[in-house]
Amino acid sequence: MPPTVSQLPPAVQAYLLEARQMQAMSFMVHIPLVCFGIAFPAMVAFVEWRYLRTGDVLYRTLARRWTKVMVTLFAAGVVTGTVLSFELGLLWPGFTGNFGSVFGLGFAIEGFSFFLEAIFLGIYVYGWDRLPPRVHFVCALPIVFAGILGSFMVIAVNGWMNHPQGFTVDAQGRVTDIRPFQALFGNTYFWHELVHMYLAGNMVAGFLVAAAYAVGRLRGRWGRYERTAFAVPLSVAAMAAPTQIIVGDWAARDVATEQPVKLAAIEGLSQTANGVAEHVLGYYTDGRVEYGIAIPHLLSLLAFHSWNATIQGLDTVPVADQPPVNIVRFAFQTMVGVGTLLALLAVVYMFIVWRYRRLPITRWFFRAVAVAGPLSYLALIGGWVTTEVGRQPWVVYDYLRTAAAVTGATSIPVGFGLLAAAYAALIAGTFWALYRLAKSPMPPAPADPARRLLQPSGGPGAQGLTAVD
Amino acid sequence: MILRLAVLAIALAGLVLYTVLAGADFGAGFWQLAAGTGERGRDLRDHAHRSIAPVWEANHVWLVLVITVLWTGYPTFFGSVFSTLAVPLFLALLGIIFRGLCYALHTATEDPRERRVIDATFSISSIVTPFMLGACVGAIASGRVPVGNAAGNLFSSWTNATSLLSGFMAVSTGAFLAAVYLAADARRSPGAGLDKAFRGRAFAAAVVTGALALAALGVAHSDAPTLFHGLTRGLGLAAVIVSAVAALAGIGLVAVYRFGIARIAAAVAVAALLCGWAAAQRPYLLPGLTVRDAAAGNGTLIAVVVAVAIGAVVLFPSLAFLFRLSLAGRLDPDRRGPRPQHPDHEDARRPAWAGRAGLACWVIGFVLLVFSDVDAGHVIAIIAFAVAALLGLTALGPDQLAAQESPVLTVPPPEGPSF
Repeated sequence: MPPTVSQLPPAVQAYLLEARQMQAMSFMVHIPLVCFGIAFPAMVAFVEWRYLRTGDVLYRTLARRWTKVMVTLFAAGVVTGTVLSFELGLLWPGFTGNFGSVFGLGFAIEGFSFFLEAIFLGIYVYGWDRLPPRVHFVCALPIVFAGILGSFMVIAVNGWMNHPQGFTVDAQGRVTDIRPFQALFGNTYFWHELVHMYLAGNMVAGFLVAAAYAVGRLRGRWGRYERTAFAVPLSVAAMAAPTQIIVGDWAARDVATEQPVKLAAIEGLSQTANGVAEHVLGYYTDGRVEYGIAIPHLLSLLAFHSWNATIQGLDTVPVADQPPVNIVRFAFQTMVGVGTLLALLAVVYMFIVWRYRRLPITRWFFRAVAVAGPLSYLALIGGWVTTEVGRQPWVVYDYLRTAAAVTGATSIPVGFGLLAAAYAALIAGTFWALYRLAKSPMPPAPADPARRLLQPSGGPGAQGLTAVD
Repeated sequence: MILRLAVLAIALAGLVLYTVLAGADFGAGFWQLAAGTGERGRDLRDHAHRSIAPVWEANHVWLVLVITVLWTGYPTFFGSVFSTLAVPLFLALLGIIFRGLCYALHTATEDPRERRVIDATFSISSIVTPFMLGACVGAIASGRVPVGNAAGNLFSSWTNATSLLSGFMAVSTGAFLAAVYLAADARRSPGAGLDKAFRGRAFAAAVVTGALALAALGVAHSDAPTLFHGLTRGLGLAAVIVSAVAALAGIGLVAVYRFGIARIAAAVAVAALLCGWAAAQRPYLLPGLTVRDAAAGNGTLIAVVVAVAIGAVVLFPSLAFLFRLSLAGRLDPDRRGPRPQHPDHEDARRPAWAGRAGLACWVIGFVLLVFSDVDAGHVIAIIAFAVAALLGLTALGPDQLAAQESPVLTVPPPEGPSF
């Protein structure tokens, strides 16, 4: 085989930063939809299961209305996911062109999970009332499974980019001796990322859905329909939020061992040192954190469980190999701060349920949940910025620089602008569609008066609490 | 060599399926634009939408599969194509975005005025996307994509006669397929006479596609001689003949109202055309880049074949299930299935110990994840967390919580701060 022909050499690109921003924008639009793909089908299936068990029409109404939301979000997720896969070629041909044979398998398998999701979503959505009820319920399960499998594959690729293995680079700089299964699935680094993202998906989807009904509660919509639609996603998110802190700690320890430079950027640590303090808040300048609150020895303790453990600083690599510190640091602190607040909210919720055996009633709780939805998205983005910007300047850690992976095509700024406009339309359109779905009238109560258990507290949208607040 | 061709065959099969399935979805969008106004036009548009709505996402995924198989199996080819053809691929992508958006919006509104805007956007993007993808095929087939990172011309690579004709052909073949498929689907509701309407459209699309194919062949004679030679000799010629015969058979079957079989004939015609292109440019993927040079190592190729084989075992029965339901009309809006049977006994009470057991599991997970340094400890910790979450959800019982009347209406909270 001729040595040069199977290589894509780096190209000159004046718009590298724009290419990275375009990728980041595409990602920020897609990732919340992924969260819904991971967590929402299970919630819909749970509600449908309650319907099958109890025959209570309220659950059926809720599951059907959520199904429409799911269709809308899945359609947006399909196209934004396609954008990401195109961009791996349109923006980063040096990445796919040189390493595609190492990591590509993960995406090929993800394609199959995508298939499963699309096929059974089509059946599930259009099969309501037309398929036998049990068959219809069973069709939800492959959607739940595919959401997990798909994120597994994508995270496997991301884990590999951060901790590459399963190939050799020979003397001519060619990637040889490729072992794709080892690269993707023999990687010890990606498990914490997978669990972290899976919990994040449940938190974001759970808090966002609950937030919509919390806003409704603040406006006086609090029938049994709304209470169910609020309690199910909030309970799911509450299960995930406290655990997320523990899993995040695990992730940070893996980063400390495998990507010390990323940890140094997260903490703003310029010099290698022992018994390092953790700085909360503040910003990084001239090799140190200004205006931060230092907690002595905490970083050594957290990262290596040792009072005087050595933490590598940014000085262990040349300046050209250091990621931008402040972006990574702010993103990390945002994620940790918001994540802590969300966990606190979850604990408050569980405490109230345990103590009083009822849903919370104070307006402050619902205000907090209404804010928790958007905040959980903020934390999600913060986490991904931490890991992706913290990986810079590498796309394949220590092997391929982002600058060497970028396309030589000069159309990036125009493409960025057009895609931003298209995404503005997509976001506006999706919110409009969700708003319209929320406004669509509830089905009338069934004529059969013998149907038990139906809406004991009045129908959906009943004015539950206005008299008291 | 067989391995290298096997992966290429997977990619080609994916492309064929994308063209005959999603291509028809694009064609349906085209016919929605050409449906005209008034009640008749709305009937045609609604029929086109109903037929593809349950299947479009699954059909679209073929494109994603082709892309992922190509960058895994033939990374240099993929990188060269996507960097040189960035502009048409990006425009195709914009079309894909707006198509998906239109599906999202379509579920949300019944208002005719809003539907018109959505349908128009949908139709335009249904033309742009196949046109651009077709132009990319034309650019590759006419040898205008050199090996390298954006080594070819960003514009002239796809704005030449061969590429543009290829783009038009992609639109017209999609329209042809859609007309045949929709005529067959219309058989389920014979009253409206929709099958006749799409029968006529199938004839028109077939004539236009045939004319475009001949024109493309004529242009290729001078513009892309390698492609022309490939298509007029050996395997390439055989594929072209198969395509032509199948197309004529399809038209004949449409003429005698045998839409079910016509569907297959039309799909074969389009598939043969794509295979002819592949045969015409073998053994080269790009000028100077043979399949052999471009292919990834054997380890990767075996992995792809294994993964696809396993995936196919799950995929094809699922697809068959979807299409059987869809083609039998069991997903149609006016269809009613059996009513559910519900148990008569009361819903079981949740076990009282679930909360405490969940908390115990969580503490076990916490201790193992934070203080265990071996992987096995982490695995057990994650399992413990999962069990804790399930037990916790059981203990919370969100559905039962919500079923309670809000106590504040009647009774003040028992003691302490009220949440």
